[in-house]
Amino acid sequence: MPSEASVVQTSMEGHHSSESEDSSRVLTSVFVAYTAASTLWLLFATAVGVVLAYKFGAPDFAPGEWLTFGRLRPIHTNATFYGWASLALIGLGYYVAARSCGTPLYSAKLAWIALVLFNVAVVAGTVALDLGYSDGSLEYREWPWPIRLIFLAGLVVTAMNLIGTVARRDTEDIYLSNWYIIGGVLWASTFSLVAVLPWYQYGLGQVSVSGFYMHNAVGMWFTPLTLGMLYYALPKTLSRPIYSYALGVFAFWTNLVFYPIIGAHHFLFTPLPWWLQTTAIVFSVAMLVPVWGGSTNFLLTMRGRLRDLAHSYPLMFILVGVIGYVVGSTQGTFEAFRSLQEVWHLTNFTVGHSHLTMYGFVNFAIWGGVYALLPLATGKFPGRLGMSLHFWMAVVGSFIYVISLSIGGTIQGLDWMHGAPFIQSVVDIQSYWVWRGVGGVLMFLSHIVFAWNVGRMCFGPSAEAAPLATVPAEGAAA
Amino acid sequence: MNKLVLIAGGSALVYATLALVMGVLPGIELSLTPAGPGVEPLTPLQAEGRDVYVANGCSYCHTQQVRPLPQDKIFGRPSAPGDFAYQTPELLGSERTGPDLTNAGVRQPSTVWQYIHLYNPRAVVPESIMPAFDWMFKVVDQAPAGTAPVPLPKAYAPARGVVVPGHQAEALVAYLLSLKQPALPDSGSDASATPAVGSASPTNASTTAATAPATGAAPAAAVPATGGADLTKGQALFTANCAACHQANGEGLPGAFPSLKGNDVVNDADPSGQLHAILQGLQGAKVGGVVYSSPMPPFAGTLSDVDIANIVDYERSSWGNHGAPVTAAQVAAERAKGK
Repeated sequence: MPSEASVVQTSMEGHHSSESEDSSRVLTSVFVAYTAASTLWLLFATAVGVVLAYKFGAPDFAPGEWLTFGRLRPIHTNATFYGWASLALIGLGYYVAARSCGTPLYSAKLAWIALVLFNVAVVAGTVALDLGYSDGSLEYREWPWPIRLIFLAGLVVTAMNLIGTVARRDTEDIYLSNWYIIGGVLWASTFSLVAVLPWYQYGLGQVSVSGFYMHNAVGMWFTPLTLGMLYYALPKTLSRPIYSYALGVFAFWTNLVFYPIIGAHHFLFTPLPWWLQTTAIVFSVAMLVPVWGGSTNFLLTMRGRLRDLAHSYPLMFILVGVIGYVVGSTQGTFEAFRSLQEVWHLTNFTVGHSHLTMYGFVNFAIWGGVYALLPLATGKFPGRLGMSLHFWMAVVGSFIYVISLSIGGTIQGLDWMHGAPFIQSVVDIQSYWVWRGVGGVLMFLSHIVFAWNVGRMCFGPSAEAAPLATVPAEGAAA
Repeated sequence: MNKLVLIAGGSALVYATLALVMGVLPGIELSLTPAGPGVEPLTPLQAEGRDVYVANGCSYCHTQQVRPLPQDKIFGRPSAPGDFAYQTPELLGSERTGPDLTNAGVRQPSTVWQYIHLYNPRAVVPESIMPAFDWMFKVVDQAPAGTAPVPLPKAYAPARGVVVPGHQAEALVAYLLSLKQPALPDSGSDASATPAVGSASPTNASTTAATAPATGAAPAAAVPATGGADLTKGQALFTANCAACHQANGEGLPGAFPSLKGNDVVNDADPSGQLHAILQGLQGAKVGGVVYSSPMPPFAGTLSDVDIANIVDYERSSWGNHGAPVTAAQVAAERAKGK
């Protein structure tokens, strides 16, 4: 029954009355605006990332107060999180919610207001950090709190808009994508509020809130929005229902219950209470359940369609995203073990891990979603060469990036364990930092190509020129 | 509509409960952690320095948390809950691209070193990749009365004028020097900031002595029996503990840190002067007719007798020095004499 429900939901989109022409145009312009804005932030954030990578080999490059490493580093992470990934996923979320429910957006106005709030927050946060105004080096919540309130306001507006959109549907059922998308926005609003209130954040208390926040910002925001989008984009692109609707529901609830508990694994071996650390480790293992459940579901949905995969870049991006999800998350579980933390914690291995998950999973899934869905909205397609360049540079680049930092980070950790003079660990990882830079430059170049492709999908020549093979499901779904 | 309420409301409620239990409640509880004995709030200048530390993201490369793991012993005793009472925002950090700074004020108490290092880290640690914070300094024709110019090595000094610290640099260094772990009540009377003895493995002499001392593969691998100089280990320990000031070539920095090359004390047949300096530290030392204002930190609390013997033997046989070797027993005897 559940998988039938999904078919019903996707087929809902077939009903296009003339009155919905207008709402469809509005939805498209919202989708386009969020995607375009996020793409600009991607270019900015990763350009900063390349400068940072360069500084590891040439510390006197780009000197001075406003380009110093410690200020650019949080600018890179925050712009990536809140400018790029958040905006891209919200744009996709609006499209998926409206399309899967067969309704117009609840309010275009709210979508525009939120877009302005988000962008104001990212611009203000970037400027503040560069001028040295920081709420502390609290991973992913460095922006001064008034700026984080602006972003939170955007999240609340977005939650209202998405819930309003889904509430307008005609069917009793709510397609699984919307569970994840609405859940993600509500959870993000909640943890952003928890992060911004000051009364329980003194000294060690703040350490525990940091652990909670930095992990929830990833797994209760990017993960659910990405999964929700995939539950729509994948069946849509393949023109077949998701393998098991029930498994998706199961992964939804297990992710919700297990994930919020694991944040303290970022602070193993600190004076945080031992029970808090151990609970975090136990549930890090439990996370294998939703992760493997979810990714198996996607892979089984793709079963037997390898030939289509090879001809469809949107599917290739999604496949890499799913692999990034299962590999990155499983790696995270192993990293949470005390025995392995002894080697890897505080080393560059962690940086490799965060890029494997945010880049290998979230970014690739977003790109797959944008290539699969944006042309359906605009009727304009990117070229195959453009997608191919983007795909291969991003895959090879991130592969080099993650592998080099994983090896380099391991060497750092072993140097420390062997009692080598500290500076030895800096010297020994140098060549791996060079390779990381090579990978990073390839990744950045691929983003330029992506921006070009987005430009074509938004403002390029119209549909007729599009090669059908890029989106096999297009004919069947429209 | 009902189903929407169930999914959105239900999942939000579950999440809010978990956020309360895993985020807010531990936050409330742990925020009340009392300050440990000897943990003091910062002075206004030190607090300003901490703000400079935060503004420039120092903790993206420097942790301030010592884990109860062997490899963390060089940074001090394991951090205790009471250590963080006055630390908001918290600066534990998640990456150690540079060394942990929990005990920076003990390890590197020299203001002069801190200034040179901040101005350009490569002036004292050639392999360092830390950014230069030269914009916290001023270049003036002549240092104002009461302010000593930063004694930069020629290669790093500006072509004209002298470098003096600006207010940010003064505050930051005041903060860095304040970073000292107070001793835990049960850790004995031994000085403040006493990490467990030995940076590497001082007590395994007997176990490795049986194996051939010729296998000089990894620096940490072989520690020969007391008395035999392990120059490889001595060099590693020198790099970790001494080279930041005295430099890898032993020549120090003119005007800032004395040279060990051809140094009378290092070449003295009686090692007690050298051992005393290493064990107890120095203040206002006069070397070769020059008085050095920088204090040298004491290593009695951080290095074992074997470690110190290895360092001394390395110093006494390097850079053209030829002082008589010392044994761990001599170090122990000097240690017993105290200050």
